[in-house]
Amino acid sequence: MAQDAQAHGHASDLSDEEAHHIVPMSVYYRVFAALMVLLIITLFAAAFDLSHIWGPMNIIIAMTIAVVKAALVILYFMHVRYSSRLTWFFAGAAFIWLAIMFSITLADYFSREMITGLGMGTVPGGPSM
Amino acid sequence: VATDVHTSVHVVGDRPMLERHAGDGHEHDHDHVPGLHHHFDDMEQQRETHTLGMWAFLVTEIMMFGGLFFVYTLYRWQYHNAYVIGSRHLNINLGTINTFVLLFSSLTMAVAVHAAQLGHRKKLITFLVITMILGAAFLGIKAVEWGTDYREGLVPGLAWNYFQNPHNAAEIAKLAAENVLPNHVMMYFIIYFCMTGLHALHMVIGLTIVGIVAFLGSRGRFENGNEQPVELVGLYWHLVDIIWIFLFPLLYLIGGFHPGGGGGH
Repeated sequence: MAQDAQAHGHASDLSDEEAHHIVPMSVYYRVFAALMVLLIITLFAAAFDLSHIWGPMNIIIAMTIAVVKAALVILYFMHVRYSSRLTWFFAGAAFIWLAIMFSITLADYFSREMITGLGMGTVPGGPSM
Repeated sequence: VATDVHTSVHVVGDRPMLERHAGDGHEHDHDHVPGLHHHFDDMEQQRETHTLGMWAFLVTEIMMFGGLFFVYTLYRWQYHNAYVIGSRHLNINLGTINTFVLLFSSLTMAVAVHAAQLGHRKKLITFLVITMILGAAFLGIKAVEWGTDYREGLVPGLAWNYFQNPHNAAEIAKLAAENVLPNHVMMYFIIYFCMTGLHALHMVIGLTIVGIVAFLGSRGRFENGNEQPVELVGLYWHLVDIIWIFLFPLLYLIGGFHPGGGGGH
């Protein structure tokens, strides 16, 4: 019994090492290369005015690329990919809260025109819409 | 699997874990795991706790910047043309170089953390110092940009006379044609300076902390299982990088490509 426990104890020490995942350098280099490619795509996409296709086309492309870049940094440089579910939850909570703040507050601003008939002109100096 | 094996230690051992703590005392109990603080059961729990604490802090950082991003969104929706005109006064070339510098500093920080995990002291210090040089270069380039804005009269509150300057008559006429008031462009610059200013403040704090970590690291403070502080500082550094990943396209790249910046000259 005691021997058994000792063997398990040793295994447990090893598993601590394994749980503390050391990301190989090659992963970091590949992520950095991807970030550079995405930076070039960002610049390239910004060189064209795509608003004739759809008004917010440029901003959507720019933000999509930014989100992918941020995800790469969070998952690999910040090791979230190799972290516990609880860490995923903490990291995700920030963006859920941001989404709540943006959606509810913007819903207020966007709906003012409907309710007051004054539009965004209620903000000082705003153009008449 | 790791957890299962570990649980079996608690169950299979002749004495439960808690009794062992009480009986042997902390010093003896943990001398095989040098970095373990006495109030944690094992390294895994300690790491998890520290990582979660850091992430809780980073969430508050994201929410703080989130408020500014919200203000940006609201006023961009309202004063889109003014944003385009303001953005054309930024220098895309310098902004792009700074984006590269900051992304590269994230890589060097990742290498430093990797070196700390493997206990390579010299490599750790080298890459922390490279990270600091890159961070300082970012701030230097930012200072050059702000200096240009100041000379052109585009800093609200300090030097805001660009749109009173007769040299810029053509652009002032263009503003009027697009139904944009100088105050709308001022709003863009207020948001620009708040966001880049708060970001730069985080860079200054980051540089200071990385400097302290490099100094302590040179004395071997982060060896033998004590490397986690380096990882946590890395998390902070990467977060500041992520903020910039969003700031760059939002502030510099709106309304088409304008490499030189400083329009009206």
